[in-house]
Amino acid sequence: MNQEATDINDMQLLRFTTAGSVDDGKSTLIGRLLYDSRSIFEDQYESIKKATQKKGEAGVNLALLTDGLKAEREQGITIDVAYRYFATPQRKFIIADTPGHIQYTRNMVTGASGANLAIVLVDARNGILEQTKRHTFIASLLKIPHLILCINKMDLVDYSEKIYNQIKKDFCNFSAKLEINDIQYIPISALHGDNVVKPSTNMNWYKGASLLYCLENIHISSDFNLIDCRFPVQYVIRPNNDKYHDFRAYAGRITAGVFKPGDKVMVLPSKLTTTIKSIEIADKTISEAFPPMSVTMLLNDNIDIGRGDMIVRENNCPTISQNIEVMVCWFNENPLQENGRYIIKHTTKEVKVVVKEIRYKIDINTLHRNEKDKNIKINEFARIHIRTAKPLFFDKYKLNRSTGSIIFIDEKTNETVGAGMIL
Amino acid sequence: MNSYHFSHLEELESESIFIIREATALFENPVLMFSGGKDSLVMLHLAMKAFYPARLPFPILHIDTGHNFIETLNFRDKLVAQYHLNLIVASVQESIDKGRVKEEKGVYASRNYLQTVTLLDAIEKYKFDAAFGGARRDEEKARAKERFFSHRDEFGQWDPKNQRPELWQLFNNKKNIGEHFRVFPLSNWTELDIWHYIHSKNIDIPCLYFSHKRECFERDGVLLAKSDFVTLKPDEKSEIMQVRFRTIGDMSCTGATLSEAKTTEEIIMEIAAMRIAERGGRFDDKRSDTAMEDRKKEGYF
Repeated sequence: MNQEATDINDMQLLRFTTAGSVDDGKSTLIGRLLYDSRSIFEDQYESIKKATQKKGEAGVNLALLTDGLKAEREQGITIDVAYRYFATPQRKFIIADTPGHIQYTRNMVTGASGANLAIVLVDARNGILEQTKRHTFIASLLKIPHLILCINKMDLVDYSEKIYNQIKKDFCNFSAKLEINDIQYIPISALHGDNVVKPSTNMNWYKGASLLYCLENIHISSDFNLIDCRFPVQYVIRPNNDKYHDFRAYAGRITAGVFKPGDKVMVLPSKLTTTIKSIEIADKTISEAFPPMSVTMLLNDNIDIGRGDMIVRENNCPTISQNIEVMVCWFNENPLQENGRYIIKHTTKEVKVVVKEIRYKIDINTLHRNEKDKNIKINEFARIHIRTAKPLFFDKYKLNRSTGSIIFIDEKTNETVGAGMIL
Repeated sequence: MNSYHFSHLEELESESIFIIREATALFENPVLMFSGGKDSLVMLHLAMKAFYPARLPFPILHIDTGHNFIETLNFRDKLVAQYHLNLIVASVQESIDKGRVKEEKGVYASRNYLQTVTLLDAIEKYKFDAAFGGARRDEEKARAKERFFSHRDEFGQWDPKNQRPELWQLFNNKKNIGEHFRVFPLSNWTELDIWHYIHSKNIDIPCLYFSHKRECFERDGVLLAKSDFVTLKPDEKSEIMQVRFRTIGDMSCTGATLSEAKTTEEIIMEIAAMRIAERGGRFDDKRSDTAMEDRKKEGYF
C-alpha cells in the first residue's frame, strides 16, 4: 500500500487468476503476496486470527481472507470466484481467486475470462498432476496471454535444482501442444516466502526474478489487439436540447484497433461508410482511441446507427454470419441440448440461437476429443455449431477475446448456462 | 512503455463508464442510489461523464434516515441544483410513521437496518428495475462476492450462493416481473483508487471527510460524534477532538478517526499508511461477523 513513491498515472492494472486445490498452497501464496505487500489491514488480520482460533486451528488461516461467504467459511472451501486487490508502486493487481477442483471448472473459466495472466501452482513433491494440466488447458482455451508456473514447496525438496529442472521439462513437453505464448517458471516456497516477494537465498542456482517482480514487470500493453479496429456501439447520446440540437454521438468501448479522427470507417450491418469527425471522453477531445477506452464517437455523415451495430475499418471487416463454430463450457445442471434454443449475448447484441450440432466433447484432463459422447453436462467443454436468428459480426476468440466471446442464457430460467469462444 | 499506455485509474474509469452505459441501455427504469458519500459521488461523476453532453438519463435516490449529518444534506442539495439532477428522497421516518418498520431501542439503536425496507418500498413505488450502487468489493468480505449486475428476487433478496457467473464484458440482465438488479460500477475500485481519482479529477466532496473539530466520545474503541441521535452511557464522556470521517453513514453508527488531514493529498498519505480497514469504524458491520452478508441478503445496499 506504499504506492505514493511513484506517479499514480504510471501505474498499470494487471488482472490475474489463480487456480488451485486445498493443499497446494494457493491460499498461503495469496496471503503471502497480500501480507508482504502490506495489503492486509490489522483489523482484518486480527479478525481472521480470531476466526482461525474459533475453528480450533493453529496460526492464522489466510484462506479465510478470500472465503467471504458464511457457507464458504463454514465448509472451509472457496465456492465462488473471490476478487482480491493489492497494489505496489508499479501496479495495481486484481486477483480472481478460484477453486481448483474439477467440479468448479466453470468458476475457473469465469475467473480466467478477464485475466491477463494465470498462476498455476504445482507441489514440487508431486510434479505435474492431472489438475495442473486441467488448469493449464483452461488458461490456454481462455487465451490468457501469460502463464507463470510456480513450483511450490521447494523447501520440502531441499530446494533441489534437479527437481525444478525435471518439472520444468515435463511442463514444457506437455504445454508445447497448447497455444500459450509466454510461460515462466519460478521455484518458490509460499510458506517461507522464497522467491515470492524477495529473491530466495536458498536457491542461488535460480537466476530468474521473484514472482512479484514478474507480476510487476510482465509486458501487458500489447495484450490487446491493436490491428483489427472494432467499436461495438453501446448507446446513442442525443442531448435533445437547444445547445446541442443536432448532436448525435455513439458511445462504447474500443475492443480492438486504434481509431483516429479522419479515419474512414464502415458501419455494420448497413455497410455504409463515413469518416470519424471526432473522438471524445466526456468534454475532452482525444487524438486516438485504443482498447480498453470507453469513448464517444462523432461521425461526419448522418447514418442510422443504434446499439448492437459495429463501427470497423472498410478494408478490415469481422466475419458476418449466422452459422458459428463455438467451443462452449457448460455452466448449468441442465445439460446442453442439441437443437436446443437459447439467448446469447455477443458484444452489445442479443440474439436467439439454436444449437444445430454438438460436434464433440473435450476431456478437460487430456484434451481428448470424444465424438460419440454428446451429453454435455455442467463443467464440461464441447465444440458446437450454432445458428443465430440474425447475423453476428465476430472474430475468432484467439484474435479478439471481446468480439470472439458469447454467453448463453436459458430463456426459461434466466440463468447464464454457458460460455462460448468462437473458433 | 509504448504510446498505448493506459493507467490503472483510466482503466477503472473506462470499465465503470462501460457498466453504467450497459445497464442504462439494458434496463428500462434505472436509478442511482446516492448517499452523499465519496463512492456515490465518484459514481455520479462517472455517470455524468458517460452521457455527456446529455443530462443524466435517470434520477438519483437518497434514502434519508433522518439521522444524517447536516453537512451531507447541504452538500446533496447544492449538487442537485448545480447539475440539474432529478432527486428522489425516500424517508425512513415515513416508513416508521406508516408502521412499515419499528424503531430500535437502547443505546445501540440505529436506523441502519430500517433503511432496507424504505429502499425496497421506493424501488417498488417508482418501478425501478435497476439501482446503481457505489459498493466496492474491497470494502467487506460479503461485498467481495458481488457481481457487477446483481440479481434481486421479487422480495429484493440476494442469493449469494446462486449467483450468475459474469464473463468478459457480457452481462445477463434477464429477470421476471417484480425482480430487479443492483448494478455496481465501482466493484473493482479500492478505497485508495477512489481517493486518487477524487484528487486527480478535483471532485467536490463533503467537508466531513476533512479534518475538523467535533465533540466526540469513545464507544467500544470507535469514536462517535455526539448528537441528538445517540444516547451516551453514564460512563461515556464527550470532548472536542480533531477528527475526520472515512465513511459517511448515519451519525448513530459512523465512527470518526483522529486526523489532521485537511486536503485530498493528505488523506491519500494518511490512508496509505493506515493499518485499519475502512469499515473498521462502522458499528453496523460489528453486530456480527456476517452482519453485511445478512443485511445484503435482505436487500441492503
